[in-house]
Amino acid sequence: MKYLLTHLDKVGQLFWEHLYLVTISLLIALCIAVPVALCVSRYRKTYTPVIGGLGVIYTIPSLALFALLIPFLGLGTKSAITALVAYSQMTLVRNIVTAIRGIDPAIIEAAKGMGMNGWQILRKIVLPLALPVVVAGVRIATVSMIGIAAIAAYINAGGLGELIFEGIYSDHSGKIVSGTIAVAFLAILSDLLFRLLEKRLKLNV
Amino acid sequence: MALLLEAYQYLLENQSDFWHAVNTHLLLSFLALGIGVVICVPLGIYLAKTNRGSMVILNAVNIGRIIPSLAVLALAMPYIGVGFGPSLLALSLLVCPPILINTVTAFRELDKSVIEAAYGMGMDHRRVLRTVEIPLALPVIITGIKTAAVEVIASAALAAFIGGGGLGEYILNGIALAQTSLLLVGAIPIAILALLAEVIFGGIEKWTTPPLV
Repeated sequence: MKYLLTHLDKVGQLFWEHLYLVTISLLIALCIAVPVALCVSRYRKTYTPVIGGLGVIYTIPSLALFALLIPFLGLGTKSAITALVAYSQMTLVRNIVTAIRGIDPAIIEAAKGMGMNGWQILRKIVLPLALPVVVAGVRIATVSMIGIAAIAAYINAGGLGELIFEGIYSDHSGKIVSGTIAVAFLAILSDLLFRLLEKRLKLNV
Repeated sequence: MALLLEAYQYLLENQSDFWHAVNTHLLLSFLALGIGVVICVPLGIYLAKTNRGSMVILNAVNIGRIIPSLAVLALAMPYIGVGFGPSLLALSLLVCPPILINTVTAFRELDKSVIEAAYGMGMDHRRVLRTVEIPLALPVIITGIKTAAVEVIASAALAAFIGGGGLGEYILNGIALAQTSLLLVGAIPIAILALLAEVIFGGIEKWTTPPLV
């Protein structure tokens, strides 16, 4: 605890590094997951193979996935971001598809009946109704990404894991405790913020 | 491809070491899973049946689920030391949230009228628990154990960081020595173990699910 207070600048810098790594990965992950999920929800037969394939990636332990990527992408952020993106696909795609399928077709029928066009239906009906479920998926993906990003420090991707590993190798308990507290804090905080966002979005419907 | 061959070559030359690592990995995972099941399933049943205090414990467990596994393992080191024992203790803690949450959910969501009917037929508490509640709740509990099993195999790979042994050691050595074939010697078996756990527990899950429910 003392270490955390005396080295607030260093911990803070690693904290932002961690957050940056997770944010970049999340954005890339969403850019892939949204179109994939839209395709899957349109062509229903693709659901089982796509989710099954993503499930296999999701099941591979993170340290093993990093190790499998290093021969191709080397040590560093490239491997880390690729692994983080690959992991989150399962959660994101599944939740987005569930969100879209969960919309009552009668509501869309009614919107068409009122003369809305495709764009209006997407913006005024589909998005507000689907968003809470999508955000729930983003929340789960983000929390697991924060945990996996901590391990990514071992392959030189930086972030709070660096502090934990430094502590382990130099038997410096202050570093270990500060690193774990900071990473747990980040995970709990993002969970909380996304939960609040989820609630707000549900209220707006 | 050459890399794969190189990894295979290494494996053939160091078979006893390799199987020792596999054994340690499985032992860590299974013992942790066993401890988790023995503690969390009864605790979950108890929590589902009492309302007092259970919300507090469940909220705490939910937060426990959010804390990264590396953080839990690393924290074991300053307080209880390094090696197999501390790794096992940390892994046992990591196994608890999914099992506990699923057990509580399974028992809370049982159809009340079925239980009412069982009591109406003259069964006592113990018999209702054994012949009605547990069989109906089992598939959801098994799902929790499946999640825990896959996670614990992944976390056991991290146990190598605190000297717990297991297949993770090959990955750490591979990175330290910049020897990519060593990475595969660790990574491929870990991935296979995790996928096997998923498939096996998935099978048990299907097998315990009563038909037409």
